[in-house]
Amino acid sequence: MSAPPEILFEGVSKSFPRRDGGAAFEAIHDLSFAVGRGELVAILGKTGCGKSTTFNLISGLIQPSRGRVAVQGHDPYADFAWFRGKIGIVFQNDRLMPWRTAIENVALGLELNKMPQKERLKLAASWLARLGLSGHANDYPHALSGGMRQRVSIARAFAGKPDILLCDEPFSALDEHTGNALRREFRDLLRETGATAIFITHSIEEALWLGARLMVFERPARIAYETALSADMSEAERQAVRGRIREVLSVGGK
Amino acid sequence: MAVADGEGAPPPAGRFFGFTRFRYESVVALAGLAVVWQIASLFVPHFLFPSVPEIATRLVEIFTSWNSLFDMLATSARILAGLAGAFVFGTLLAMPMARSPSFARYVYPLLNFNQGIPALSWVVIAIIWFRGIEFRIFFIMVMTTLPAFTFQVLDAYRAMSKDLFEMTLAFRPTRLDLLRTLIWPTVLPGILTAWKVNLGNASRVVVVAELVGATGGVGYELLQQQQVFDMAGAIAWTLVLVIFVLVVQGIITLIETRALRYRAFAEHAL
Repeated sequence: MSAPPEILFEGVSKSFPRRDGGAAFEAIHDLSFAVGRGELVAILGKTGCGKSTTFNLISGLIQPSRGRVAVQGHDPYADFAWFRGKIGIVFQNDRLMPWRTAIENVALGLELNKMPQKERLKLAASWLARLGLSGHANDYPHALSGGMRQRVSIARAFAGKPDILLCDEPFSALDEHTGNALRREFRDLLRETGATAIFITHSIEEALWLGARLMVFERPARIAYETALSADMSEAERQAVRGRIREVLSVGGK
Repeated sequence: MAVADGEGAPPPAGRFFGFTRFRYESVVALAGLAVVWQIASLFVPHFLFPSVPEIATRLVEIFTSWNSLFDMLATSARILAGLAGAFVFGTLLAMPMARSPSFARYVYPLLNFNQGIPALSWVVIAIIWFRGIEFRIFFIMVMTTLPAFTFQVLDAYRAMSKDLFEMTLAFRPTRLDLLRTLIWPTVLPGILTAWKVNLGNASRVVVVAELVGATGGVGYELLQQQQVFDMAGAIAWTLVLVIFVLVVQGIITLIETRALRYRAFAEHAL
């Protein structure tokens, strides 16, 4: 018997009512997919294709209008507290609390998971050191550069050793050099921890570089193209995937 | 360290947020006022413009007399108790308003209605409704400063970052943890501002309340000075109240500086 999927979407649709009382906006339409334990999946799509709504459904911040979302067999919205310490999130912007120092920000999840102060600060310090920020533990976010702040947010997400890691375009707001450096570190960390990861991006190259499996969304969110990627793919094979993705995105945009 | 110009660097020694310059200018301005007053006292009848040394003498008498000190402390305690009550009730009102827009729609008109009631009306109402002097004053203070606290706390809560709220929720905090780690630090700057703004209002209201309905305190003493036409005493007692407000403002600023030390500042603002 095969292992149950870590993340499961079954015929999921999500609509949002309009403020002006008009027809509801459908962000996701009949979306189904499964993600196995330890799998890294990149979700690619144009702006407004429902990637972030999918992300919010997995993280349990919203509930589906139709269908079923299950994470480790539980409803992430209804069984909200059950997921404490199980999900780590890296957002597009760092979302650091400005009143907390770098180390206190990293320790936030551990603190909410009731880890004793001494232990959590030690662990947070080790994660900051791991990401090259040991000299900035007591700096407030405003004193850090954008790249440093995003490192702190990555450390915050990994520090609690989550089973599932959700990443919503985490490197899109960074310059190319910083983004590339962080991507490498991020991929190494993912391999090390073995967490199941969903990586949302609108960059084809980023998706190809990171994703072991790639899903391309059309609008409203539905899988338009899906493929498995591997590190030993030839450049010709990658080029073929690029071409297919561009084709799908182009059709989806019409 | 990769920081923007001026951001995150410690403030230059001796000029913390321009404090030194502010103190110097304040001394010059107040000294100027005293000089102008003293000159006026030379040309205007004594009962209208008593001399500065005479006012200073009365001020010293207040600070060295147990009865006067007791009056001063009574007024201070009334102001702080009234503000604390208004803060607690205002916060208790603001929280459900923030969470329920329909509840807020019912409470807003009542608060706006309250804003239009003069402090003196509350004094009259309190005298008719209640017997105890202290409770009367507490009631007047709460009713006159409660709307400002409610609006400030409500605004601070509503200004809470949706991004930070979602990020914190993703960690599945308990309600208490959410309050402690996110909501309280978010609303704290608004609360400190509300205290500073309301402190001035409260000091004015408490004098009116004491003037009419108390047998002690700065307001009562002012009434005594008015009855004997003692301008030096009236100004001295007014200065007592001003000094109290400045001291508490200073304490709140110190708390603010400590609690909000994480805030970046730009050198150009110094």
